[in-house]
Amino acid sequence: MENEKLSLPNYNIPEDLENVVAITTIDRLYNWGRRSSVWPLMFGLACCAIEMIAAQTARYDMARFGMEVMRPTPRQADMMLVSGTVTKKMLPSIIRLYNQMPEPKYVVAMGACASSGGPFKEGYNVVAGIDKFLPVDVYIPGCPPTPQALIAGMIKLQEKIDKQSIKKVRWYEKGKVDSNYVPMPILGPDLIDVRRNADIKQAAAIKEGA
Amino acid sequence: MATPLTATVDLIAKFPDSVTADTRPGYGGFIVKKENLVEVATAIRDEFGYDLLTAATGVDYLAENKMEMVYHAYKTTGGAGLIFRVQADRVDPVEIPSLVGVWAGVDFQEREAYDLLGIRFTNHPDLRRILMWEGYEGYPLRKDWKEPFFEEETKPFKSRWPDGQHTFAENKNPFRDNLSFPEGFDPEAYKPENEDDLYASLERFRSKGEDDRLKTDHIVVNMGPHHPSTHGVLRVAVTLDGETITGLKPVMGYLHRNHDKIGERNTYLQIIPYTDRLDYFNSMSNNFGYVTTVEKLMNIPVAERAEYIRVIMAELSRIQNHLIFIGMLMNDLGTMYTPSLYAFEERELVLDIFEAVSGARMMCNYFRFGGVVRDIPDFAIQKIKDLVHERLPAKTDEMERFLNENEILVARLKGIRVLNAEDAIRYSVTGPVLRAAGVPYDLRRADPYSIYDRFDFDVAVRHNGDMMDNYLIRFDEIRQSLRILEQALKQIPEGPINSQKPQYQVRVPAGEAYGRIESPKGELAFYVVSNGKPNPYRYHVRPASFVNLQAVESMCIGTKIADFVALLAMFDIVMGELDR
Repeated sequence: MENEKLSLPNYNIPEDLENVVAITTIDRLYNWGRRSSVWPLMFGLACCAIEMIAAQTARYDMARFGMEVMRPTPRQADMMLVSGTVTKKMLPSIIRLYNQMPEPKYVVAMGACASSGGPFKEGYNVVAGIDKFLPVDVYIPGCPPTPQALIAGMIKLQEKIDKQSIKKVRWYEKGKVDSNYVPMPILGPDLIDVRRNADIKQAAAIKEGA
Repeated sequence: MATPLTATVDLIAKFPDSVTADTRPGYGGFIVKKENLVEVATAIRDEFGYDLLTAATGVDYLAENKMEMVYHAYKTTGGAGLIFRVQADRVDPVEIPSLVGVWAGVDFQEREAYDLLGIRFTNHPDLRRILMWEGYEGYPLRKDWKEPFFEEETKPFKSRWPDGQHTFAENKNPFRDNLSFPEGFDPEAYKPENEDDLYASLERFRSKGEDDRLKTDHIVVNMGPHHPSTHGVLRVAVTLDGETITGLKPVMGYLHRNHDKIGERNTYLQIIPYTDRLDYFNSMSNNFGYVTTVEKLMNIPVAERAEYIRVIMAELSRIQNHLIFIGMLMNDLGTMYTPSLYAFEERELVLDIFEAVSGARMMCNYFRFGGVVRDIPDFAIQKIKDLVHERLPAKTDEMERFLNENEILVARLKGIRVLNAEDAIRYSVTGPVLRAAGVPYDLRRADPYSIYDRFDFDVAVRHNGDMMDNYLIRFDEIRQSLRILEQALKQIPEGPINSQKPQYQVRVPAGEAYGRIESPKGELAFYVVSNGKPNPYRYHVRPASFVNLQAVESMCIGTKIADFVALLAMFDIVMGELDR
């Protein structure tokens, strides 16, 4: 519903309560609360983490958007800012952190590396984008993105939160609480994504014969 | 200005049977027989006085069927270094005696060579993989090893250039991803390696003798890779007796982005932006180190104005790095964020200058072989002058006034030992930590590069080697950098900014070069081997953080876990450089 219409509903508010009662939708109230206090996980991977810190400092001041409360523990965080190159060795830790975050949770891929592998994509220890494992909500391009770009990405995330409806969000759906659980990858001869075990077995069998 | 490739030392006269001169064109130093390596190395350290072993680099000479370890030893009193190398046949397993008993500072570098090249070091006390995990298939830096997204040996790839075609690398790989598994691999039957070796190695310093104290269980604590005070994704496994540390091992590689392997595929020019991302606080210093090395190989002069621009950028970079160090140290001591905000305020002003000259705040990609990529605009010069003459001296004084006599800070820092001079040299520690231990070893004076011999400045040195000295020496260094900057701004001439024509492919004659600079964190060095082609044959970074971190194990044994966080902060590690 549009802003103006919300203030002029078709309900009859008694005259003496007109300045006391405001009417809105529960979605708006719910999302307003969530979008204004997105707590990021205090979690830096590489170069982008430095720009993330810079975005929190006086000149850029991300606190203006309610996103300055960095939580070192994933259990208190709403949003994971994947700020830097994701390596195969680091990936199991990231997945573990993600699985420990309570719903609702969001993932923002900051920078070229987290989005796609970036300049290091060809590296043997680099995961070509965190979206191969986690559902990413916002991608922020740049190497590294400037603090302005990071804040623009955060505002995009707020817009996304605004569009969600309490009726349809996955964390209130019955029997779907763990729908975003990601199984832990294993560090073997190379990174083993256990969801793709069958593929890997098949490809490894025909690799030389083909 | 050029220092000789290697010192003239009569090593052959002393060891006529086991040492020969390296006569390959472009190479220098001595080849030592494998069997006599430890004996010769001990003599180099004790009789010839080369007490600081800065780099140990493995090179895979596939065509000659040899593996080589190159060692660069220097004197802490200054002067040219001594290069000696040992060669082994490229059979399985390649074995070379370990030098950990002579210089403890080769520990991590030998583990790195073992991890990435598969060279086994006999008598190494703790030979485990360091950057990759145990169980990883293959030795990536071997010349016959190919990464999963392998396309061609060297760039520019034919598929991309000159037409600009692009195909997804995923489509070329049988696993449709950045993966490669041995033939017939069954992921369901695979049992991952455990970390027993790591935890067993924690017992290394435990006293074996009887003691009559109460026997209690030791607990193992893993700090990191996700921990706010490890400055990135470092993991430290610690065993604790109550609050006292009895064993400690850094575990790294969580940001290993394969810098060396990618570098060997790149052309010389393409490497410059990758060096930005090593120590991401100081991209200017990294550029400086790399172009200095390649210029040594190419034997070209640097434009006069560019030399000054380089020094200005490197010293500005040092100032902001030390300010951030102080802010982050305060974070680790518990003054969450307020001093950091002061530090970052000044850093932003320095980054404005970087942005004005190079177009990027952090990843400047500014240096080129023979000069820099663009000139400094006049308004940027004015900005630098304002910073250097007015703002930064005042702000440094202000920070000192706010912090130095703070009761909590003094209680946490004063009298807590970091390293003494002997240990620091033994572990190849360089940079402010070495100087705070009383060794006035600064490459800008000890082995001058660029035009540092023209400036009047003092090597900052303090003598107690405790945390307070390590903290105060950063302020000393900021002041000295400001002195250099004042002189450089006064002397900077007009003129061209590059001695070469702009070019995409530089011609680098065959040979080797080891270039080192005093980065804010210590000695940053690059070892480049060229075989005359457009790509380096071997490209290796000797980062300050990685080598300095070796000392952390022995120096933390016996201290309290609460001090460990501050002790680690003293090394000013940055993971991009540590893991590469």
